[in-house]
Amino acid sequence: MKIYSGWAAVAVGLAFLPVLLPSNYYLGIMIFIGLNALAAMGLCLLMGYAGQISLGHAAFFGLGAYTSGILSASYGLSPWLSMAIAVPATAGLAFALGVPILRLQGYYLAVATLGMGIIVYLVFMNWTSLTGGPSGLSSIPYLTLGPFTFNRDLKVYYLVWAMVFLALAGGRNIVNSRVGRALRSIHSSEIAAQAMGINTSRYKVKVFALSAGYAALAGGLYAHYLTFISPAPFGYQFSIELLVMVVVGGIGNLSGAILGAAVITLLSEILRDLMPRLFSYGAGEYEIVFFGILLIVFMIFLPGGLVQGLEFMRRRRA
Amino acid sequence: MALLGSQILQYVLSGIVVGGIYALIAIGFVVIFNVTGIINFAQGEFVMFGSLLAVSLHTATLSLSAALLVAVLLTALLGAILERVAIHPAKGASIATQIIITIGASIALRGIALMIWGTTPYPLPPFTEGPPLILSGAVIVQQGLWVIGVTAFLLVGLHGFFHWTILGKALRACAYNSVGALLNGISVNRMSLFSFSLSAGLSAVAGIVISPITYATYDMGSMLGLKGFVAAMVGGLTSIRGAVVGGLLVGILESLGAGVVSSGYKDAVAFLVLLALFFLKPEGIFAGREKVKV
Repeated sequence: MKIYSGWAAVAVGLAFLPVLLPSNYYLGIMIFIGLNALAAMGLCLLMGYAGQISLGHAAFFGLGAYTSGILSASYGLSPWLSMAIAVPATAGLAFALGVPILRLQGYYLAVATLGMGIIVYLVFMNWTSLTGGPSGLSSIPYLTLGPFTFNRDLKVYYLVWAMVFLALAGGRNIVNSRVGRALRSIHSSEIAAQAMGINTSRYKVKVFALSAGYAALAGGLYAHYLTFISPAPFGYQFSIELLVMVVVGGIGNLSGAILGAAVITLLSEILRDLMPRLFSYGAGEYEIVFFGILLIVFMIFLPGGLVQGLEFMRRRRA
Repeated sequence: MALLGSQILQYVLSGIVVGGIYALIAIGFVVIFNVTGIINFAQGEFVMFGSLLAVSLHTATLSLSAALLVAVLLTALLGAILERVAIHPAKGASIATQIIITIGASIALRGIALMIWGTTPYPLPPFTEGPPLILSGAVIVQQGLWVIGVTAFLLVGLHGFFHWTILGKALRACAYNSVGALLNGISVNRMSLFSFSLSAGLSAVAGIVISPITYATYDMGSMLGLKGFVAAMVGGLTSIRGAVVGGLLVGILESLGAGVVSSGYKDAVAFLVLLALFFLKPEGIFAGREKVKV
């Protein structure tokens, strides 16, 4: 109950936030935080609850964006219908890939997902007739609701954050159900879980598909928000950024993924602004230094992430 | 379109050159994995630091050979520092934790290189000047011969090191059974440090011999490192000989794939090989050898 009242407060805060924000730029950042949070929650379900690692989650984000974008822009389907196809299709693809991949463990799984991510990225780059190649895919339509079009940052803001809370509620339900307990038992010991009669590989594949679905949903919203997509944001770098969000927020915690997404998105925005002033080489992804150090420091000193850290501080004060 | 024999030979030759590099990097993975059980996702960053350091030292004052030597030693030192700062404190942590830590190390090192060297690609002069060699219609640049020669030389050297020196034997003992090694007075802790250092040095050599052909940039390491990793996995992850075979195989297939199919998908070849291997033998490559501990 306490948790729900906490989230209700956050939701009310977010609802009134646009009034306080001085410009559309900040609204845009809030939208990106929401999109990243969706994808990070998906990855968190996989990493935190099933204990499986994916280094190719950007591919699912990209597949959601491209499938929905191509269906609506090139084939004239309505945006909602495109997304309604893109999300299950991506989850289905993850399911099909997951059957062989998730039988692998540890390093093998990490590399298999990484390889998959790179292959998908190369397809976005090279299948020019379908994806537009490196120059991207443009004139993707906005999402609509009757006469209402999600064509302004403010409208998309509410839509994205509504989705974030829906996804959080859905994820929480799964985590606290029998399925969630099964997943956690896989995380603690796969062999013990098997001995208890849990079909571990089936659960792992299902949660992999679900987590791909979260990423694809974020990707679809991204495509219909920006109305333009190119392969660059869906590479290895973004897969790692999602990983950083989950680690910083707290691997075993869905709301941590939202916190992690907020911290990392803001941090990279600040660093992208700050770093070029300190280094004279012009453009470059200088912020990766900090992400790398964050990963190491959190894994060594605060493996439970920020959520656990905050919890600890609150308990000490009490 | 029929492919000429000389074209195929050309692809195979270029494949062997780049495969030699993958093999060297793969050996780096194997050395660390055998001793510590860790896959070091920052391996490619050693490759990159080796070649960029060599370039900088050479442009500063040193002669080419001195620059290469100092660059390799500095990278070996970097490997040791990484082991102490990031790997050692998380000893015994879960595989997922270790993967995340080495990934963190890899992007931190890449970022540091970006701050030092920027995004410019730097050339390193070839070890010997001269016209390329022509082999029944296929061309191989002299630096390509250097790559093959250095790889072969290091293989022989490593074989000798692992079999005929105390240090090498101690490393192998840790790989077989670290508790047993410890009981025999071998400091597993120090061997872990040493394996990172040796592996970093080897990767630096790989980066240095390839940079006259491909130029040195801050982001050259990630792809090279991943492909070296694929090569190590193809070869079974624990055997140096396997790593060499894997490296050459990945190099040749990639070169053929890029030439015959499409150069846009060149980087996908290595991962397709790996995924195919996983699909055919999904329980992992060295199935049956390892027992899962509960």
